[in-house]
Amino acid sequence: MIEVDALDVHYGDFQALFGVSLSLARGRALALAGANGAGKTTLLRALMGAHLPSAGTVRYEGADVTALPPHDRVRRGIAMVPEGRRLFPSLTAEENIKVGAVRAASPDWPLARIYDFLPLAATVRDRRASALSGGERQAVAIARALASGPRLLLLDEISLGLAPGVVEQVYEVVRGLRESGATLLIVEQDLDRALGACDDVVCLLEGRVALTSETAAASREDVVAAYFGTEGPHS
Amino acid sequence: MNWVGAVVQGVLVGGWYALAACGLSLTFGIMRLVNIAHGDLAVCGAYLTLVLSSALGLPVGYTLPLVLPIAFAIGVALHLLLFGRALRGGPLAPVLVTFGLSVMIENLLVAGLSADPRSLDAGRLALAGVRVTAFGSVITLSWLRIAGFLTALAVLGGLHLLLARTSFGRLVRATSDDLDTARLVGVRVRPVFATVAGIAVATAALAGVFLGMTATFDPYAGGLSLIFAFEAVVIGGLGSLWGTLLGGVTIGLVQQLAAQWDVQYTVLAVHLLFFAVLAVRPQGFFPASEPEAA
Repeated sequence: MIEVDALDVHYGDFQALFGVSLSLARGRALALAGANGAGKTTLLRALMGAHLPSAGTVRYEGADVTALPPHDRVRRGIAMVPEGRRLFPSLTAEENIKVGAVRAASPDWPLARIYDFLPLAATVRDRRASALSGGERQAVAIARALASGPRLLLLDEISLGLAPGVVEQVYEVVRGLRESGATLLIVEQDLDRALGACDDVVCLLEGRVALTSETAAASREDVVAAYFGTEGPHS
Repeated sequence: MNWVGAVVQGVLVGGWYALAACGLSLTFGIMRLVNIAHGDLAVCGAYLTLVLSSALGLPVGYTLPLVLPIAFAIGVALHLLLFGRALRGGPLAPVLVTFGLSVMIENLLVAGLSADPRSLDAGRLALAGVRVTAFGSVITLSWLRIAGFLTALAVLGGLHLLLARTSFGRLVRATSDDLDTARLVGVRVRPVFATVAGIAVATAALAGVFLGMTATFDPYAGGLSLIFAFEAVVIGGLGSLWGTLLGGVTIGLVQQLAAQWDVQYTVLAVHLLFFAVLAVRPQGFFPASEPEAA
């Protein structure tokens, strides 16, 4: 579904990604792991078109989308739940969700189905985003992404700053999304959750791919070694 | 004029200041663009009305259906050609670019239409007034001033409804809250900003038409208009439309009340009020809510 080939991304003179390559097939879930500053969010933003790469290509459903702006990628079926939720604070929850529907390319996720899938978002629909709790914000942020009718969903640090009980609810949603056939790319600090929820894992270390594997084939020690850049048990 | 009359006139004049300032408030509040050329664009609206009115032989009011769409189109074009690029060039670039635009507009107007003071013929409305009695005082109110105030209320109310009740307004508010996230979720920011710039220039042009009907104007009149508009925006609260109305009315009131004391202090009184507000409440009376981490 999406293929990233030898991607370099710079912030001015600073290079954040070095020749990153990965591929994700339709209906699968990929965990993107790595320490703070490894380049995970940069990669997701590059996949959304928020950062144009200095080298490399991004192909989505067979088409080269490397140079496309974010709104074109959303129209083609890519959506992102950004780190920190980043709702529009002066808008109500429902207004936030409707902003996500601005480039709706698919009738797959009408508002009624979104509320059915995310009841928490429905209960706070008339409240301003700035007044929502962390879990409510996460539900609305996921709802906003679904409103565009995505076929590929990029989830950035979806458990960050949430209470353990709320994290469990968020991963219930992730499981529901998987059952609905969505393709997911999940950035997650919690390795166990990421490995448990995904089919594949890619580990970034200082902007480079340190590990690519199916989660079933990689031991936790392998991933931890790639995560921290230490010698793995099988190296 | 008595004190009661000064208060009423101040409120009515304040409506014009609010009308002149609301475009500035929009572009700053939504696009974070400080448009130094805003006053000059208002004066352009007055000149455009003058030219069209003369060329077509129409009363001023009948040219508005032409003037406002042209002004809107100019605003859209300015964003696509200048403002959008300037906004990508860091915080100083928009100030420098719009300052350059201001200088260019003034010189083009002088070269094309001379520096002679002009005015717009408001017809019978120019001298028509209504006498009212309030608190034992008889006040004569100009219908033109009343029309200006009601127009300002209608424009601000319309803009409020546009922003609060429409899908376009929702996109504008989202973009104003968090530009980066708006892009990430698929909002096409460029057309949103271009439309906002178009609306801002159209409201400036409308303010210019009322300026031309109530006073004389020349190519350099935009500078003073900009100062008062800027002060109205700051006093009312940056980025807040209703705050801008309050700021405009406050300026009008201070001006008229100072005139009761001594006419030569009207402008000074407004500037002193501006400095006082900056010192005591720099965010203005009704600032737009600051974006927060959500």
